Amino acid sequence: MTYLAKPKFRHPSLEKNERGFTRRDYEGSISTLCAGCGHDSISAAIIQACFELNIEPHRIAKMSGIGCSSKTPDYFLGQSHGFNSVHGRMPSVLTGANLANKNLIYLGVSGDGDSASIGLGQFVHCVRRGVNMTYITENNGVYGLTKGQFSATADRGSKSKAGGTNTDSPIDLVSMALLAGATFVGRSFSGDKPQLVPLIKAALSHSGPAFIDVISPCVAFNNHAGSTKSFDFVRDHNDAVNRLDFFEGREEIVTDYKPGTVQDVEQHDGSIIRLHKIADSYDPTNKVAAMNYLATHHEKGEVVTGLLYLDPNPKDMHQLLRTIDVPLNRLGVKDLCPGSKALETINDEYR
Amino acid sequence: MSIDALDAPAKRSRPGMKPTDISNPDYFHKVVDCQWACPAHTPVPEYIRLIAAGRYADAYMVNWKSNVFPGVLGRTCDRPCEPACRRGRVEAEPVAICRLKRVAADNKGDILDRLPKPATTKNGKRIALIGGGPASLTVARDLLPLGYHVVIYDQDPAAGGMMRTQIPKFRLPEKVLDEEVGFITDLQPELRMGKRVDSLKAVLAEGFDAVFVGCGAPRGRNLEIPGREEAKANVHIGIDWLSSVSFGHVDKIGKRVIVLGGGNTAMDCCRTSRRLGGDDVKVVVRSGFEEMKASPWEKEDSMREGIPIHNFLVPKEFTHKAGKLTGVMFEKVKAEFDAKGKRSLVPSGEPDVHFECDDVLVAVGQENAFPWIERDVGIEFDKWGMPKVDEVTYQSSNPRVFFGGDAAFGPKNIIWAVAHGHGAAISIDQFVHGKPVGDRPPPLVNLLSQKMGIHEWSYDNDIANDLRYKVPHLPNEVALKDVKAEVELGFDRELGYKETQRCLNCDVQTVFQAKLCIECDACVDICPLDCITFTENGEEAELRTRLTAPAKNGTQDLYVGDGLKTGRVMVKDEDLCLHCGFCAERCPTGAWDMQRFLLETAQAGEKCQSR
Repeated sequence: MTYLAKPKFRHPSLEKNERGFTRRDYEGSISTLCAGCGHDSISAAIIQACFELNIEPHRIAKMSGIGCSSKTPDYFLGQSHGFNSVHGRMPSVLTGANLANKNLIYLGVSGDGDSASIGLGQFVHCVRRGVNMTYITENNGVYGLTKGQFSATADRGSKSKAGGTNTDSPIDLVSMALLAGATFVGRSFSGDKPQLVPLIKAALSHSGPAFIDVISPCVAFNNHAGSTKSFDFVRDHNDAVNRLDFFEGREEIVTDYKPGTVQDVEQHDGSIIRLHKIADSYDPTNKVAAMNYLATHHEKGEVVTGLLYLDPNPKDMHQLLRTIDVPLNRLGVKDLCPGSKALETINDEYR
Repeated sequence: MSIDALDAPAKRSRPGMKPTDISNPDYFHKVVDCQWACPAHTPVPEYIRLIAAGRYADAYMVNWKSNVFPGVLGRTCDRPCEPACRRGRVEAEPVAICRLKRVAADNKGDILDRLPKPATTKNGKRIALIGGGPASLTVARDLLPLGYHVVIYDQDPAAGGMMRTQIPKFRLPEKVLDEEVGFITDLQPELRMGKRVDSLKAVLAEGFDAVFVGCGAPRGRNLEIPGREEAKANVHIGIDWLSSVSFGHVDKIGKRVIVLGGGNTAMDCCRTSRRLGGDDVKVVVRSGFEEMKASPWEKEDSMREGIPIHNFLVPKEFTHKAGKLTGVMFEKVKAEFDAKGKRSLVPSGEPDVHFECDDVLVAVGQENAFPWIERDVGIEFDKWGMPKVDEVTYQSSNPRVFFGGDAAFGPKNIIWAVAHGHGAAISIDQFVHGKPVGDRPPPLVNLLSQKMGIHEWSYDNDIANDLRYKVPHLPNEVALKDVKAEVELGFDRELGYKETQRCLNCDVQTVFQAKLCIECDACVDICPLDCITFTENGEEAELRTRLTAPAKNGTQDLYVGDGLKTGRVMVKDEDLCLHCGFCAERCPTGAWDMQRFLLETAQAGEKCQSR
């Protein structure tokens, strides 16, 4: 934690992307989280992903609720739109914003408290409506802002820093997202940017509800022996089913891998997700098998990471509601209030 | 990110670079680029912080101990520290280190009570110093407090050597030089001034325990071209002429002056001429403007005073009429490069150029001259007539005779002379006590944590974005009227403070302890210059290519820390580190710490030897 702003000087070899921005142009204000917080690494991964995707910052709307995780949108994408909502209500605000202007890229950032406790209903319904968004939970298993009580995602049997044992069954947000109909589901680890960055890139390019659960150790309250969300535990029990490369549609893709080790999945927008298989039998397009795999390996105490499920041709909320092509916030009074004649016609349909 | 890096990290480290040994003083010393580049290894960031704190006398003493002539050097140093300054790699220009030294000297107040007193007990050893310039005076300062009887010989009436005779007073006021030479003569050496030494044999015969030759490179090179003899009344050797001006024997020159040569002496000649009646003064150099030997700022200062510099002109003939110089004829040349990139100047074929003038100053180089050293006193000379001198001990092939300054390795500058003087003093002290001169005392090294709180350090880690401040000058109308009026006004305290804030505190080192690291990436994410990487080990050349930012500057080391849980290594590229301490502020476990590295090179004396 530092009170000083990050110095303006940058490395002379810092590259610019196609939009003329350097990675540092995607930074936000200086983080006030604890030193070493996993959340800051996730912020850095989001910055890297947006830089690599050549996204213009003003095309992103970052939304969050309350909690350590929900403070982070202040620390990245300082030139993007943002909304810091009421505790657990980010999904509704995001849904509303998306309804009004479907042209923006929506990035919801939440935590285990914000999404698995107070906002659990919001989370599930937002996903099942098929809102086109990237929903990231920064999952540390504790309430850090209130000094480290177990959160709803803490594993049964895990130990708190004060020595208590968690007796409640955990909520697995990945399984819930799958059940609720998310069309892109992944899990990763804040300490593994090579896996996390392409996952975020793929999610941002996915045109449906994309959910990523990122285990993010709380260095202040949940990074001790007996925790299942510590750096050491996650590194020791990380069962990565795959690792991925993400290619935007126009890029030339060179293939030099042995057959069977790589699976390319083309998304609706033409982008390609290249999966490097680690678990041989894992097929991320088979939802039932994915859920089965998750349950089996969670029983064994493993943390399954990677791209867990993908529907390459999802339908999002606007398609399901059959809204018009023009974003609703662009409609004028004439379109929104077509007059009493039009009202009569509509009413007649119901008589 | 390449897919190769994506494989799950190995638990055992791969072979590659060895972990950095930070207990070797050279490692962190190299990170302090300015101090490493300084021949005398003055702890630059240390005194810059003292200036920022308004502790000018303390800043002065740090300098005085290390480089003996802070007031002189703060005006005249060749500044090898500045091209090395890390700030110059991060933004446009280095910190004005040299001019900050002057701020310390100008504002030091009375420091007499901090200086060593003449030794009360003598050790009975007698040392002769031939030449009273910076090298000899440094030897004197280091040896006198130890009880030596030191005899200084000089041809001029006052000590100071080239600092007095060749550097014009408008660059170095007499009182500044007198004060700092006085600090040494106050230690009561025996001065034998005003008489040239013409036999080393005679000096050796006096039974000195050791002799140090610090007589400089006293002979200005002549230019033997047609007309030289006929026009000799108005063709002067630059350094001799400057010396005559310095001692008041010359106080005017013709209206039209040509200065031949492109070094710093030429710059001093032309600027002095402007002040002694030269209205139309020009510098003419053989080479291109860019390749001139003069420091860039000295060229700038000359041009500011209305002195044009003409390049690619080779003097062919001094033209004269009725026994009087009328001008100089030049041949136009151009630079040609051979396959190896070696440059040669070849005639351009254009017609010769004639510049009219009343006087010519020849400043085309200096030579060493040792006619006074008999060839049978056991000192070997090389084919260029230079004595064979050991580069570490400064001992000649006659073990009793040591050399330093320009006399040892040819013309350099004051700061080198000081460094030689310190080194020779150590050798002499060892030699006269019957100890091997090759045994060099180690430097004093101190590494101390600067941590005061979670985000509080005992140094100022806020990086100022200011560009280099310019030193104010006297306006030309005033400066050119008086050959003794100091033309550079120096930074005042306020400007000096602002300039100190540009220093990156490169001596406050980023010290890494792998056993405390939990590999959370916080330091990697926050580092403004992308210096830090956690990755698989590898050979240096290959490792340099796959860091967070490529480490292209091979002159700067990689700091490698191993012993991490994942088997990876921490690699920090020292090149562009701002020493802002953000890595340490972001580190949850204190694996990074900011520690001040202070290195003082050893000087002659019992204390040094027992360290």
